[in-house]
Amino acid sequence: MRIALAATCIADAMFPQAPRAVVTLLERLGHEVVFPAGQACCGQMHVNTGYLAEAVPVVQNHVRTFAPVADGEWDAVVVPSGSCTGSIRHQQAMVLERAGLPAEARAATAVAERTYELSELLVDVLGVTDVGAWFPHRVTYHPTCHSLRMLGVGDKPERLLRAVEGLELAPLAEAEGCCGFGGTFSLKNADTSAAMLQDKVATVVDTGAEVLTAGDWSCLMHIGGGLSRGGTAVRPMHLAEILASTREAPVVLGPPAGSGTHQEVAR
Amino acid sequence: MSTFLGMPAARDGRGPSPEAAPGTLSGVGRPEDPLHWGASFPDAAKAALDNGQLRRNLGNATSTIRTKRARVVGEVPDWEPLRDAGSAVKTDVMARLPELLETLERNVTARGGVVHWARDAAEANRIVASLVREKETDEVVKVKSMATQEIGLNEALAEEGIAAVETDLAELIVQLADDMPSHILVPAIHRNRTEIRDIFLERMADAPPDLTDVPRELAMAARAHLRRKFLSAKVAISGANFAVADTGTLAVVESEGNGRMCLTLPETLITVMGIEKLIPTFDDLEVFLQLLPRSSTGERMNPYTSMWTGVTPGDGPQEFHLVLLDNGRTRVLADEAGRSALHCIRCSACLNVCPVYERVGGHAYGSVYPGPIGAILTPQLTGEKSDLPYASTLCGACYQVCPVKIDIPSILVELRAREVSLAGSSPDTADRVWKAAMKAASFAMADGARFRRAARAPRLLRAISRNGVIRRLPFPGSLWTRSRDLPEPPKQTFHDWWAGREDGR
Repeated sequence: MRIALAATCIADAMFPQAPRAVVTLLERLGHEVVFPAGQACCGQMHVNTGYLAEAVPVVQNHVRTFAPVADGEWDAVVVPSGSCTGSIRHQQAMVLERAGLPAEARAATAVAERTYELSELLVDVLGVTDVGAWFPHRVTYHPTCHSLRMLGVGDKPERLLRAVEGLELAPLAEAEGCCGFGGTFSLKNADTSAAMLQDKVATVVDTGAEVLTAGDWSCLMHIGGGLSRGGTAVRPMHLAEILASTREAPVVLGPPAGSGTHQEVAR
Repeated sequence: MSTFLGMPAARDGRGPSPEAAPGTLSGVGRPEDPLHWGASFPDAAKAALDNGQLRRNLGNATSTIRTKRARVVGEVPDWEPLRDAGSAVKTDVMARLPELLETLERNVTARGGVVHWARDAAEANRIVASLVREKETDEVVKVKSMATQEIGLNEALAEEGIAAVETDLAELIVQLADDMPSHILVPAIHRNRTEIRDIFLERMADAPPDLTDVPRELAMAARAHLRRKFLSAKVAISGANFAVADTGTLAVVESEGNGRMCLTLPETLITVMGIEKLIPTFDDLEVFLQLLPRSSTGERMNPYTSMWTGVTPGDGPQEFHLVLLDNGRTRVLADEAGRSALHCIRCSACLNVCPVYERVGGHAYGSVYPGPIGAILTPQLTGEKSDLPYASTLCGACYQVCPVKIDIPSILVELRAREVSLAGSSPDTADRVWKAAMKAASFAMADGARFRRAARAPRLLRAISRNGVIRRLPFPGSLWTRSRDLPEPPKQTFHDWWAGREDGR
């Protein structure tokens, strides 16, 4: 398949290891990955903060950039984020419709219908759960709210993780509870956000896992920021980074962030 | 509807607790406007978060009821179709509310009831007060009711020299402590049993002096106190869970039986009901009487369901008044995006699953309607600028449990958009800073080439990074780094990495 990658703005700027891992993974599975350079952001931050007018040009850019998927130039768009996929699927057309742009809203719907979060693409579209990965570590998985409740990815990420050779999946208590990120909520209601984070960090630490994984770097940035602030050794890693790791090209865990000897992501 | 969830114990033992100095039992006081009081949400939340006892009480209570709800909902094979049915009935009601209200009025009147229409809180309070005065009594008993909390009826009656006695156990506790409810179903969820014992000893004249904090003893003391009130009251005031337009039947569901006492013993019954509580036919009750108890108390069926239709000679109250309350509801109805907030049947399942509510409690919302439903209902009822639409991470847990499928996260986003337009010309610094930041981000993120350049900017932060993390940023970054690290930004963005890879081919 020819698959267009929407890297997401946050991963592009802050966590490029995740979209890079998507490229590695999909190419290993025999697919061609395309990165449309016109892309920037899906508009979720603007929409969820209430800035719908400011969201319009951002959404327009996304729809324009990925419109070729609706014409069959690419077979699918993959997004390594549940919340960005959710915004593309449930918000973009609404934003354009409200801005009085019905034709562009229809184009947004056509793009959204061919857009998949990573675990959806792998399990539902490509039909694989064993991607041939090797990652000999104890890992716990946090189902991010939008993956779980907006997209309904169910246990797809866990099925992918269970098929990873050497990986030990540690169950996370109160897994479905929100980590407290919520985009701009983390700034507008910083104290409440921190209280939620504190509880999430405690349950993650209790698992005894070396790695915390999720399908969204935004939530991982939040929980990871709490884990390193708390002086814990748990490292946040995107699902794609684990699935990209093989015996031939393993992702080696360095010391955890903030521990004194900083980890550069090995590849 | 109210239930007894058990009371968390701060400590055991008899006698007044040493830490309860006189006056500290008092609650937040009764506000001028029950829909808008107290500090801003972030500030009120911060104060609540600092109260460890409150957080433990709330955590225990909400987790208990969450588990109960999940169990009894899980055993219903057609739960999702039931939710769809509940949603469809309410959508239909809102689509023809004027017609259905007139049908209700006709049927209540035909069965011997009297219907009154109240545009707002003041009008509703005036109507109720004058009805009570006509009966020449200075004390009324009350069934737990959100509508009368919303309009501040008890305070309005007090100004007229009429004492309104709350007979739901938790509402009684709230009233005795001069407090506000902090939960729709469990209004005293913020109190533990030692506090309740102390409140009874200090504020309930006929409380046994040797009262302990054993829940059964507390309940028995309240029971004895209330029984005297039930037997002497001439007038009762209730809310309503449902009103059936086709038959003129009113319904109240409850757990304690106090409602049944109020609805049957006094000579006169006055019901104050929000106009959205209608359902078209008696058969529709079948849907809601399944949805409501499982969602609210986590019970298959609530212990008491009382229904009455007008007046029945020789049985129950011989005079029945129904006050239909608008108080902002027609404004909510007129708003296509937000009107489904009126579908709410006040079960409070959304409060119990909300990670924000669980940590900050109900008072932080500054409204008798707290939690996720309060965050969408309160600002719509008042029409005022509000920070409540931002009191959510949009995690979606509320939508998942709502028995009538109110898409609370989507309405929160709609209301945030409304807040942004209300703040359009606001001189408030925070509003202006947010607006400028969002405009700048919109410009940078509306074009691939501009974004590619902007995405390199975080790299500058590598200069202040130590051991792979940034521990302290100046304001507004400090809002983040106060409690979390920021990881060191990468040397190369994905855009740049991909371009390099393409060049290398």
